[in-house]
Amino acid sequence: MINSSSDNVKKLNSINRRMFITGSLKFFIMVGIISRLFFLQVKENKKYLTLSDKNRIREWKLAPVRGEFHDYFGNVIAGNFEAYQLHVIPEQVENFKYVIYRLKDLLELSDTEFKKVLKKKKEIKPWETLIVSNNLSWDKFSKINNHLYDLNGVKPVISISRNYPFNENFTHIIGYVSQANEQDIENTELIKKNFVPGLKVGKIGLEKSFEEKLIGTNDIERYEVNAYGRRISQLEFQKGKKGQTLKLTVDTEIQKLANELLKEKAGSICVMDIFTGEVIAMHSSPSFNPNLFVFGISQDNWQIIRNDPMKPLLNKTLQGRYSPGSTLKPIVALSALENGIINTNFTVRCTGKTELYDQTYHCWKEEGHGYVSLRNAMKMSCDTYFYEIARKLGVDKLSETAKKFGLGKKVFDNLFEIEKDGLIPNTQWKKNALGKGWLLGETIITGIGQGYIQTTPIQLCLMTAQIANGGYKIYPKIIIDDKDKMKPDDYYTPLYKNSRNIRIIQDAMFGSTNEVMGTSYRSRIDNPKYQFAGKTGTAQVKKITERERELDLKTSEIPYEQRDHALYIAYGPYVNPRYALSIVVEHGGNGSTTAAPMAKKLFKLIIDRHQMRQSINEKKYLEI
Amino acid sequence: MYQHTRLTNNNFTFFQKFRNFDYILLICILLLGFISLATMYSTDGGKILFHTKSHFIKLMIFTMMMLFISFINIKFWFSIGYLSYLGVVGLLVWTYFFGITSSGSQRWMNLYFINLQPSELMKIFIILCLAKYFHRMKLENVNSVYTILTSLIIILLPMGLVIVQPDLGTSVLIAVSGIAVLWFAGINHKYFIYTMLGFVISLPFVIAFLKPYQKLRVLTFLNPDKDPLGAGYQIIQSKIAVGSGGIFGKGFLKGTQSYLEFLPEKHTDFIFTLFSEEFGFVGSVVLLVIYIIIIYRIIAIGANSRSYFAKLFCYGFGAAIFVFITINMSMVLGLLPIVGSPLPIMSYGGSSMLATMIGFGIVMSARVHSQQLIA
Repeated sequence: MINSSSDNVKKLNSINRRMFITGSLKFFIMVGIISRLFFLQVKENKKYLTLSDKNRIREWKLAPVRGEFHDYFGNVIAGNFEAYQLHVIPEQVENFKYVIYRLKDLLELSDTEFKKVLKKKKEIKPWETLIVSNNLSWDKFSKINNHLYDLNGVKPVISISRNYPFNENFTHIIGYVSQANEQDIENTELIKKNFVPGLKVGKIGLEKSFEEKLIGTNDIERYEVNAYGRRISQLEFQKGKKGQTLKLTVDTEIQKLANELLKEKAGSICVMDIFTGEVIAMHSSPSFNPNLFVFGISQDNWQIIRNDPMKPLLNKTLQGRYSPGSTLKPIVALSALENGIINTNFTVRCTGKTELYDQTYHCWKEEGHGYVSLRNAMKMSCDTYFYEIARKLGVDKLSETAKKFGLGKKVFDNLFEIEKDGLIPNTQWKKNALGKGWLLGETIITGIGQGYIQTTPIQLCLMTAQIANGGYKIYPKIIIDDKDKMKPDDYYTPLYKNSRNIRIIQDAMFGSTNEVMGTSYRSRIDNPKYQFAGKTGTAQVKKITERERELDLKTSEIPYEQRDHALYIAYGPYVNPRYALSIVVEHGGNGSTTAAPMAKKLFKLIIDRHQMRQSINEKKYLEI
Repeated sequence: MYQHTRLTNNNFTFFQKFRNFDYILLICILLLGFISLATMYSTDGGKILFHTKSHFIKLMIFTMMMLFISFINIKFWFSIGYLSYLGVVGLLVWTYFFGITSSGSQRWMNLYFINLQPSELMKIFIILCLAKYFHRMKLENVNSVYTILTSLIIILLPMGLVIVQPDLGTSVLIAVSGIAVLWFAGINHKYFIYTMLGFVISLPFVIAFLKPYQKLRVLTFLNPDKDPLGAGYQIIQSKIAVGSGGIFGKGFLKGTQSYLEFLPEKHTDFIFTLFSEEFGFVGSVVLLVIYIIIIYRIIAIGANSRSYFAKLFCYGFGAAIFVFITINMSMVLGLLPIVGSPLPIMSYGGSSMLATMIGFGIVMSARVHSQQLIA
């Protein structure tokens, strides 16, 4: 008993000692846990609070509303319309298979479209929106609405999308929008910033050039989401800004007329205010409907546009490089006058052809013009006369004058990325580009706008405008900028050495249109209100062989690709001129028969609308 | 002799027994029960749903059971020490052959009204068994080879049965419970030090034998940011939840991490994370204090018990509870790798609560019968 009790005491001592050790250990561990809690919850609280918010708050961006394009009179030429769309949230549909087949019937979806929808469904989460159709007709939209009782989880939605009410009329000016691709996102910071799936951005034309002004900013929705990304509740809605609306200098009525005149033809018409440089119309034909691209163009439509031999995708006004033909003659004559090579009395005898440097150069009139002075040579477009003055002038002096008047250089700088420079050749150029010396024969044909020389229709228009305004420099524009940009220093500086020379050219152009024997006499308007002055041009596409010259075929008898381009430049009214234009009809045959009559119709409308245009201007100033 | 008989008189009346209750311990347990219920309500998203209801029913039944156990003389618990241990071993064997498999581990037996996890019960009954084993042993015999071997077999047998389920976490906790008793029983501290050293040295080899998911857990613990959406997800989200709680917490039912389902296993192992997110540093410390009071009371009851068995059980149980709590908390706070270990009473799960309540009941019984001598 004693033994056992002393053992008990020892055992108690042992257990109590060990309890003490354990207790101390527990104390330290507790301190450790509490300090860990302190570290996480007090010291690092901010960091974890941010992480927790990052977990639970997610932003949704909605597509921004794109700015519009208006014409000079405020008509919407690229606007936004309400697209009828059909959304389905798969999770909310009890019997997805039934509903989707029902929709297929109602919308008359083709098998490929239907497969696309099913594929899209597989890619999204069940609570995300499946867009079954993004642009329904009103008929189908109302049909769906009538069947909604049967279609649980199907949501008819009205969303905002791009619309071009004038279809093909403005395509080559404003371009079109379509879904942003990776390249668009990479290249433009603002697209990256505002990107949402399905965002449409400008692909070409002004839609592309002014992307950053047009795009606007997103509406932003902030939602609390759970771990699986499902929206639980909306926390915030931040309204975005609509993109800036851009006003163009273009007159829709004239643009429409230009489109009509060039219907079924390939070519370009542009009209310009000779003082302000405002582009009144700028059309390249054939055009295409930009609305086709908004929701993605179908393969069939794309092939039709792409394979059209008249090349609708080419903007002929800015990209088309044509030999100016006889429309260059005013510049050749002006250059000769300015450089003192000739005076108004200089006369050349035209016999229909001349032999120079062992080559025969033909005038368009086989029997010749006889003795011609400068004015008559311009009026009748005598080639022999211009061969002669070009020979005397030399290509370098000619190119200097041509460049001064806007040829061979982009008219809109970088506004349209597709715009081409064209080419005004000189001896230096040939040496650098081709590594050969300039031949005198080349100067001769340059004098009638053939050979290496290439100009775009917009350059011809600018050239005409600067002759019409008395020889002063202008800068064409197509956007009305409210914050009038600082005008360049050389704005409206004289381009001539002697203003008399300009008047001589103007007078010769008047004769060409309004006097008997003038090449565009048949297209004249006698009423001084509409009277205009112009110069025809016929640009050869290929060298005419001797055999062909003998055959003397009519235009309709020559294959389309080999017919001459028809050109016409003009300005009007002759007294107090205001507008200049250039017309190019590809393979149109003859400038005087194809292009000049168009000018007649155009000037009638342009001048009729002049008063209206002025009144808008006055109103603008009154408002200020 | 007279005095002795008076003291050993075990025929207390019901009211005498009632007066002997440790009310501080009882209140703390009830408080803990209430807190756990509120937290469970929060995990159900502020609604009384399945988990809340089930937890409430279990809490009621098991608290009643604890009170009932308190009235049973400590002598009885001494007498069934080996038997209950063998009984639970039997249940583990039965589970091994006929248990229910869930999430890759066969640890439950279907009792129709409840799915019982015998390994949880083993955490308590191993203490009971070892306390009885060492109760009558003389101190000089404690460190005999025979004793050590026997006690090691008592520990390793259930451990082995649990490891094969496989459930490493619980088997470690069973071992910890057993080792705690060996420590208090007076086994030479050199053995503990040697074992510890041996364990550290063999750790790399142990890791080599771990199952891939266990290895992943260890690696994840060492660097949770390596794979934030995969294996590291639990630790990262748990730390975010606790850390974003701040000093006063996000408020009851406002824990976004759990409410929005970023938090995994929020009913069971990560219940403390949710509590900590909603009640902050202050709330967490309060909860810890309640646990500390409970453990302190258990130890105090042990200290005041006349019988060596009761002392050994209380100390062992107190140490085990402490280890369960610290392992669970260290795990959710990112201090230990993720091992499946519930937080006593707080976590959802009947078996764990049943085992803990039985333990509390025996401790309470020791208190009520503190003057009871066991021959």
